[in-house]
Amino acid sequence: MELGALYQEVILEHNRSPRNMRELADASGCAHGKNPLCGDEVTIWLQVEGDTVSDVTFMGNGCAISKASASMMTQAIKGKSRAEAEELFARFHALVTGTGSATDQELGKLRVFSGVAKFPTRVKCASLAWHAMKDALSQASHSKTDTRDATP
Amino acid sequence: MTTPTLAPPQTPLDVERVRADFPILGISARGKPLVYLDNAATSQKPRSVIEATSTYYEAQNGNIHRGVHYLSELATILYDETRATAQRFFNARHAHEIIFTRGTTEGINLVASGFAQSVLKPGDEIVLSTLEHHSNIVPWQLACERSGAQLRVVPVTESGELDIEAYHQLLNDRTRLVAITWVSNALGTINPVRDLVNAAHTRGIPVLLDGAQAAPHITVDVQEVGCDFFVCSSHKMLGPTGVGILYGTEAWLDRLPPYQGGGDMIDTVTFEKTTWARLPSKFEAGTPDIAGVVAFKHAMDYLDRVGLERIAAHEHEVVEYATRQVQEIPGLRVIGTAAQKAGVLSFVMDCAHPHDIGTILDSEGIAIRAGHHCAQPLMRRFGVPSTARASFYLYNTRDEVDVLVSALHKVRSLFA
Repeated sequence: MELGALYQEVILEHNRSPRNMRELADASGCAHGKNPLCGDEVTIWLQVEGDTVSDVTFMGNGCAISKASASMMTQAIKGKSRAEAEELFARFHALVTGTGSATDQELGKLRVFSGVAKFPTRVKCASLAWHAMKDALSQASHSKTDTRDATP
Repeated sequence: MTTPTLAPPQTPLDVERVRADFPILGISARGKPLVYLDNAATSQKPRSVIEATSTYYEAQNGNIHRGVHYLSELATILYDETRATAQRFFNARHAHEIIFTRGTTEGINLVASGFAQSVLKPGDEIVLSTLEHHSNIVPWQLACERSGAQLRVVPVTESGELDIEAYHQLLNDRTRLVAITWVSNALGTINPVRDLVNAAHTRGIPVLLDGAQAAPHITVDVQEVGCDFFVCSSHKMLGPTGVGILYGTEAWLDRLPPYQGGGDMIDTVTFEKTTWARLPSKFEAGTPDIAGVVAFKHAMDYLDRVGLERIAAHEHEVVEYATRQVQEIPGLRVIGTAAQKAGVLSFVMDCAHPHDIGTILDSEGIAIRAGHHCAQPLMRRFGVPSTARASFYLYNTRDEVDVLVSALHKVRSLFA
């Protein structure tokens, strides 16, 4: 079993020092993700200005894979358009489920998650924050004025 | 048919001879010798149980309580032999107080559904504890929704023991049932069930004991402990999956309505009125897992031959050794430190999430459980979303504990 393929140094580093791990006041979208299998939870906040995700943050409790994935997702999504963010999620999902290409250049640093595909029980860990990001994004498009109700 | 060590109870368990009876313990997992430490989830099966299953299908298969032909008669005899074995194993007064179910979950649902229909009224109370598995919480929530009754929950202390004083205070004139676990699946705490039953009975309150984690490890005498209901699963006690036992006193089983309607559970059926069969058939509608029930007898026979006291002593030694060893690992915290504990070691590490621990251990061929153990209220009590849990049984060794400990050091070197 290729443990090294799963726990790459970049992943371990993001697990130790996650980026953008904070609440975001007055976010335009906020969504909660949960893995009922293990009880892990993540909350994603994002700020959308015009068509651009200007800021995205997360809080949560999870394994190294889910925490690093959330951390690296926030870095990857920031500055992207809605369509680009959703496109990136589709590519990332294909990568971790083994239906995409491990050399997909569009994914950049996110390619370190290619090892997840060999660990079917961990796919949910890697995609949890992304699913929540997508929910937060669709919420941001529906309620641009008042988002306080959306806080879980 | 394999026979484990026959020896007087004072001699320790011969673990190598026991291991030889379990074919799966010889396999490799992820290229490493299997170290199976997930026994609280399900136990492995001795050859005698596996062979009983295939013998049943090769030479004994017929439907029970139906035909007059050879195979139907044979299958019926074998099926009822398991009932007689279970009666002895759990010391029930009558064989018809043993009801075959699909498992502990179905047993609890059967009682909860019967209580909702025939016993519970709005304002009534059911007492549970924070230690419960979801299967001893959710059926009662459903029963409360149907009847208007309410749940009252006994808290647990920092060591993972029941708060006995709080238990006594929760019992009152509105309490209709106490439904409580004998052994905690997540922490291993062994509850003082006899005292719990006595306190409830003083007030005329019946008690259901969830014995899923007790039956594999503790000599269960339902008359001695005095419970009104006892439920357990075959698959955690060396038997097949899909089979469980509900013990209920004759008086209670007579009082509760049938759980499911169908074949085998009727006396006479007309479109105007159907009358129920006597116990145990009243609660055994439809064709059950006959092969599973037949093989379950061989699991109880195996436990009897090795001896539950000897098994408990062996597990105690292994879990004590494991607890001492893991506490040497910096940043590791054991959750559940009750004075009376079964072979369960639940822990968290400050450097790694239980899921990551589980994956690293798996790559070393070690099977543990990482998660909330279907006990989310208990996890919340200890402020953790999940734990890593190693659970031991009669075939586990100190050497396996050493493999576990060295893998946990590997976890630390990777994440710390």
